[in-house]
Amino acid sequence: MVYVADLAGTRHVFADLKTLMAAATPFRSGDQLAGLAAASAEQRVAARYALADLPLKRFLEDLVVPYAEDEVTRLIVDSHDTAAFAPISHLTVGGFREWLLSNETGAVQLSALAPGVTPEMAAAVSKLMRNQDLIAVARKITATSAFRTTLGLPGRLAVRLQPNHPTDDRRGIAASILDGLLMGCGDAVIGINPATDNVETARILLELVDDLRLRLEIPTQSCVLTHVTNTLELIRLGVPVDLTFQSIAGTEAANRGFGVDLALLREAHDATLGLGRNPLAGNVMYFETGQGSALSSGAHHGVDQQTLEARAYAVARPFRPLLVNTVVGFIGPEYLYDGKQITRAGLEDHFCGKLLGLPMGVDVCYTNHAAADQDDMDDLLTLLGVAGVNFVMGVPGADDVMLNYQSTSFHDALYIRDVLGLMPAPEFEAWLAKVGLLDDAGRVVEAGGAQQRLLEQLGDG
Amino acid sequence: MADAPTPSDPFAILRRATAARVGLGRAGQGLPTAPMLAFQLAQARARDAVHATLDLETLRTALGGSAILVQSAAPDRAAYLADPDLGRRLAPATEPLPHGEYDLALVIADGLSATAVQAHAGAVVAALRARLASWSIAPLVVARQARVALGDPIGEGLGAQLVVVLIGERPGLSAADSLGAYITFDPKPGRRDSERNCVSNIRAAGGLSPDEAAGKIAWLLIEAQRLGFTGVDLKDREALPAPTAHQLPTR
Repeated sequence: MVYVADLAGTRHVFADLKTLMAAATPFRSGDQLAGLAAASAEQRVAARYALADLPLKRFLEDLVVPYAEDEVTRLIVDSHDTAAFAPISHLTVGGFREWLLSNETGAVQLSALAPGVTPEMAAAVSKLMRNQDLIAVARKITATSAFRTTLGLPGRLAVRLQPNHPTDDRRGIAASILDGLLMGCGDAVIGINPATDNVETARILLELVDDLRLRLEIPTQSCVLTHVTNTLELIRLGVPVDLTFQSIAGTEAANRGFGVDLALLREAHDATLGLGRNPLAGNVMYFETGQGSALSSGAHHGVDQQTLEARAYAVARPFRPLLVNTVVGFIGPEYLYDGKQITRAGLEDHFCGKLLGLPMGVDVCYTNHAAADQDDMDDLLTLLGVAGVNFVMGVPGADDVMLNYQSTSFHDALYIRDVLGLMPAPEFEAWLAKVGLLDDAGRVVEAGGAQQRLLEQLGDG
Repeated sequence: MADAPTPSDPFAILRRATAARVGLGRAGQGLPTAPMLAFQLAQARARDAVHATLDLETLRTALGGSAILVQSAAPDRAAYLADPDLGRRLAPATEPLPHGEYDLALVIADGLSATAVQAHAGAVVAALRARLASWSIAPLVVARQARVALGDPIGEGLGAQLVVVLIGERPGLSAADSLGAYITFDPKPGRRDSERNCVSNIRAAGGLSPDEAAGKIAWLLIEAQRLGFTGVDLKDREALPAPTAHQLPTR
């Protein structure tokens, strides 16, 4: 179906819905690379005019990736909740934007709406939203999840402690974990990206973290971010697996590039739940995503990278994950060229994930071939803090010495909590207070007796 | 400003255990000035490495004489970074390469760190020549604005059975001078990354030395020649760490 916008005597024609959505997207290098970006600044706004007039119902009929070709599309269509959709079913995309911003729309309405929103609707409305809209609406949404800590509560910001080491050295990883704990980080998860992708390494690292957690009685969970098939093997071996991790994308073909499909994710989800380590909440999955992954594996179906990213959240949704984060600046400048594009993408991803009901975190990050630096990360971190992001990464000194990119640091977490008055997850906050790491103002104390005691308690193990 | 641990510093034990930036101290919630500047220096070096251009005269000397200079289809660094495909094709105006019958072609490519190429390519080439004395090696090619796959049309043009592309890797903060070597049997445009073998992390400190790297590359070349292929089916017996799903290629 053709979409048209008439602006002051000029007719802009868009061949189909995916072309229209791509053209309406704020400029980014990945859409340019795919040949999908608007041809001019005016055409981009014309596409937004056409998109604003589009009834939301159209997204249930005009599918950007064909139903017959793609199991992600089938999941989106087959699991759409018509009753939840009812409050917005009469709206256009432009009307939906105003509904989201309305003072009458709050946490309760947004939570009830989530199962009625498809990722394409979320992506479409985000394309009409300025950065402040993405922040203002995301801030209204509460998406909690829980394991040994409760994540996503208002007024809280959690941190994934990311203690990677280039050779998976146990002492090196333990040193980074301690450094992070002593700065009040690690309440979302202690999550290690292994340098060597094998089951034995993952077993050693999981046992290391589980042992540390039990010895110090830390309320948190652990994860080694290895392929889902490795984690299934670890579960069979009886290794203490809290969370199953997997990178996911927004099309069946892109997920195949990651070596997964929905059936495999279901198998892993069931196996992890079966361990009974999180019996109350049942949130046992950790997913990572990022704009551009589908194009990089040639599996984008001519759809813009931001819409496909929102579809990745639809993949995550049925598994009720504890954690979902977009690794927003990791992919490189051919997809997100500079700090401006990374900032926009981070806000879009956080908004779309939250609108779909997911407990979203963001890896605020960049590589050295992107035109970005630590100041850009400060800006995005601050914006996401205001937007109510559930968690961010904590990497020693912001320098991941294994993955060779820059993320946010333990210090950054202290900063954002302090300037916005945010606290760690409640269970973790209580632990920090118990071991003497919090001062009267709720700040993590600087080097002193508590740090010394914890370091000594662990000896040189 | 120095980061010297004092005997009473409880973080000294952590710093000894990892190269990660642990035990940095605090200024309120922020970083003390010294580690903040140390980070900026490392990132500045990495950025400079990405945007550095090859010093061809110095490089020719390091390579021991003449080399053919080619350019990819990327006219400049901005285009190179925005569209990786440009770096995988030769510039349209490239003159035909001298075709022969060679066992091996060596391509020295700037990639994402001309700094790495400048620092280590000469030593790796010399060590490879010493190990492969009986091999016929095509004239050296230096390629600018190049990705790994640019070695395919170059190797094909030279008529080489195998091509090694020595290329600057994406700089991290701990090393802006890391060189990678990608080995491809029967190079021609359209080869997939899974049809190559890689020896990475060739650098001054904390990685492979040029001589160690040349040893691994030569072993892979000899095995590739014996078996008639490169790629995932040809694994290094010394079990190099496999990239995780999280790591995206700089290719």
